Amino acid sequence: MKHEELDAALDSFGDALASATRVTPGNALRPEDIAVDGVAPSDEVAQYALTLGDDSLILAQRLAHWISRAPELEEDVALGNIALDILGHARSFLTYAGLAWDKSEDDLAYWREEEEFTSLWIVEQPNGHFGVTIMRQLIVSIFQHLLYQKLVSSADETLAAIAAKAVKEVDYHRDHAIQWTIRLGQGTEESAEKMRHALDILWPYVDEMFRDEAVHQRLEGIAVLPSTLRDAWQEEITAVLTDAGLQIPSTGQAMVYGRRGEHSEHLGYVLAEMQVLARKHPGASW
Amino acid sequence: MAPSAPQEPGLSAVPSYEEEQSQARFDALIDRDARVEPRDWMPEPYRKTLTRQVSQHAHSEIIGMQPEANWITRAPSLKRKSILMAKVQDEAGHGLYLYSAAETLGTSRDELNDQLLTGRAKYSSIFNYPARSWADMGAIGWLVDGAAIANQVPLCRASYGPYGRAMVRICKEESFHQRQGFEILLALSRGTEAQKKMAQDAINRFYEPSLMMFGPPDDQSPNSQQSMAWNIKRFSNDELRQRFVGMIAEQVKVLGMTLPDPELHYDEVKKQWIHKDLNWDEFMNVIKGNGPANSQRLERRREAHREGAWVREAATAYAAKQAQSEVA
Repeated sequence: MKHEELDAALDSFGDALASATRVTPGNALRPEDIAVDGVAPSDEVAQYALTLGDDSLILAQRLAHWISRAPELEEDVALGNIALDILGHARSFLTYAGLAWDKSEDDLAYWREEEEFTSLWIVEQPNGHFGVTIMRQLIVSIFQHLLYQKLVSSADETLAAIAAKAVKEVDYHRDHAIQWTIRLGQGTEESAEKMRHALDILWPYVDEMFRDEAVHQRLEGIAVLPSTLRDAWQEEITAVLTDAGLQIPSTGQAMVYGRRGEHSEHLGYVLAEMQVLARKHPGASW
Repeated sequence: MAPSAPQEPGLSAVPSYEEEQSQARFDALIDRDARVEPRDWMPEPYRKTLTRQVSQHAHSEIIGMQPEANWITRAPSLKRKSILMAKVQDEAGHGLYLYSAAETLGTSRDELNDQLLTGRAKYSSIFNYPARSWADMGAIGWLVDGAAIANQVPLCRASYGPYGRAMVRICKEESFHQRQGFEILLALSRGTEAQKKMAQDAINRFYEPSLMMFGPPDDQSPNSQQSMAWNIKRFSNDELRQRFVGMIAEQVKVLGMTLPDPELHYDEVKKQWIHKDLNWDEFMNVIKGNGPANSQRLERRREAHREGAWVREAATAYAAKQAQSEVA
């Protein structure tokens, strides 16, 4: 079949972009653009982009599970939107990283082994009940918001451009998590108890987010040093928890090293589900 | 309905002068092919028919999220995952517009949701088939959304304003969904042998159920005529089915696949498409609740509702506290 015929056949279905959902928002830097126009980063920058991409990919995979299971329809839409944004960030970071190694976003997402992933433990944690998901979102979205705000000034133009888009979206994610934390913290005794429980089980994975690794230290001016975000993060989350009538728990900090490929038991299952179909059909296009 | 003074048996059947006037105004509106709006007087059977139709449509959007959500976490590329997430999320949005439209007819969303969860309300029976393979994401988009569009485009002109307006937006998004489904099948049809086989298998399974989405043949569809007289429905079940089958008979050629219907052909004399006999016994059985996935679909809705109860209660309690502190 000729291209024109195929285009005509596809056009018969109407507007290709008529989705209520922001698949490719406004002036977004799309992964497709990075793949075509992007300049390959150094191996070091690619390693850094990979860490950011892996966090977003695993978090999006987790959040996507809520679609069709949320407490109310509005939350199916909201969590779906957030997952979609975060998946978009993952795709941009992974596409950019892949340029250094001649790999696509899908090569990196579907064909790496568990120990090659660099995600943080906090994003691998199970969804639990809605309160656990909201608390995980609160912890991560405040972190990502601070991170992308700084990454906008990175000397690496592509990372800066991805961050410029992501920061606006993560600002909304942060707001969503803050509103729900306050609502649930102040709602009923049951909801407050569930939020305290969520804090207890997630708090041990906070320190890992702020640990500077060699990859950060070698990329001065390009990467954001996670340790520099700690104070602002602590101040912001304390204020939200106070508004919600909650407190930072006294739990200790787990000795975890996701950035070095040492993962929670959960990641294996996340990857098994995510990769199963692609791996059944090596070399296939979809 | 507001309680009224007790009347002599039989007398309530006789319309009052006001009712006759209202009925005449309504009839004139329908004759002019104008829109009925929520504040307009409407006959009870019209309200009831629409409430049933709009809410069933909303329920179908919500239940219809499940077969597709089943593949979000396993989508074979990140781009496909992103498109599928957007699509399922659109469906939640469609459910929301439609519940809003149904609420303008006087039944609350909570009540409509309760009808769904208790099995008193129906939804499109096609969602009671399991989505077994990735190719089902293509077949559902192409055939199921395609049939839905064929049904829904005329509904954009439905006499009830809020329904018609909701449909305009929904149809636009549905055509995006159908295109995405077709693209999934197109990629598979150009792929490996295993991918082609997967695509053909999905088409085989969804062909007949998608033709049955238009409802029983005209001579066995007792409510259709009244709906057409009220300008809710514009074409009969068989007319819409004809239009759809003609469309997919052409499109399947682009895929290089076949429809599982050796009898399918265009009869030049009768000027219509002839397709195989559809299994209406199976259709009725699925409607009764005996489809492969009826139990699973409803239970997922009930579970989400149950598990989310504490969240909704907390949100309500918080809103009440806020309102109180504003007063104080």
